Amino acid sequence: MSFEVGEAVRTSSANPAGHNRLPRYLRGKRGRVVALRGFFPLADLRAEGRGDVAEMLYTVAFDAAEIWDTSAEPHETIHADLWESYLALC
Amino acid sequence: MRFAEHEHHHQSATPMAQRVSALIARIEAVGMTSDAEISDVLERFLASASPANGAKLVARAWVEPAFKALLLEDASAALERLAIDMSHWAPVRLQAVENSALLHNVIVCTLCSCYPIALLGPPPTWYKSEAYRSRVVREPRAMLAEFGVTLGSGVEVRVWDSTAELRYIVVPERPVGTDGWTQERLASLITRDALIGVARPSLQVAGAGADP
Repeated sequence: MSFEVGEAVRTSSANPAGHNRLPRYLRGKRGRVVALRGFFPLADLRAEGRGDVAEMLYTVAFDAAEIWDTSAEPHETIHADLWESYLALC
Repeated sequence: MRFAEHEHHHQSATPMAQRVSALIARIEAVGMTSDAEISDVLERFLASASPANGAKLVARAWVEPAFKALLLEDASAALERLAIDMSHWAPVRLQAVENSALLHNVIVCTLCSCYPIALLGPPPTWYKSEAYRSRVVREPRAMLAEFGVTLGSGVEVRVWDSTAELRYIVVPERPVGTDGWTQERLASLITRDALIGVARPSLQVAGAGADP
C-alpha cells in the first residue's frame, strides 16, 4: 500500500518485540503525508541482521492535539519519518 | 538556570557509558575489532565533523537564493557543492527546514540522539537527555523559552523527530542589520544550537560578527 502527499494515514498500534522506529507516542495516531523521501532499508529488519529490504519512507505530520489532546500547545505539528509498513489509510 | 546548564550537571559516568565499555570489552575479547580500530574510525569521522560546516552551508544559503533553493530541495546536492561529506557508517541523507517569521523548526531524535554530526559536530549532552527528547515534542514552546527562544502565539512550531535515516538541519532567519556582510562574517553568527532550532542567530552573540 503506497501513499501520496496530502493523504490521511493512521500509524500502526502494534507493539513489536524487536527493533522498531515508530516511536511509542506516535502509535495509533492520525497524521497526513507531507513528503515521500524515497526507498530506505527497513530498520526493523536491518537491526536484526535480516537483510536490507527497501521500503518507501514518508514524512508524516501530526497535529499536537492528536497526540497530547487537551494538553497540547497551540499551533504545533510533529513530523516523523515513517516506513510504509507502519502506515495505513484512514 | 537554563535548560542546557541544568542537564549538564546530571550526566556523568552514566550506566550507558558503562554498558558501552562492557560491550567493547566483549567484542575485543572475541577478536571482532580492536581499541585501535575503533579509535581510528572515530578519529577519521570526527576530524571533519564541526558546526562550522553547517554554518558555512547556511551562510551561503543566506546570500545566494539559488543555493538556498537547492539546499531546501536537495540538501545532499548542496553539500556536494561545498565538498562536505556526511556519510559514515549509515546511509544517511540530509533535509533542510527553513524558519520564517511565522514558522519555527526544531529537531530532535526521540528514539536516541540522531542528528547530522558532520555538520553540527558531536551532539551536546542535553540533546541526548531524556528531558529534551520528551519535552520538546510535548511542550516545545515552554522548552524553547528555557533556551531563550520565545515564540509569539501566531508562530507555528514544527518539531522534526528524526526517526529514520534522514538527518535534519534548521535554516534560521538571517538577522536584520547584516546587509552586505561576507559569508564568513555571517557564518560566525550561526551556532550549533541555531542549526538545531533552540537558538536564533543574533548580533549579540559574544565575539560573533566582528570584522575580520
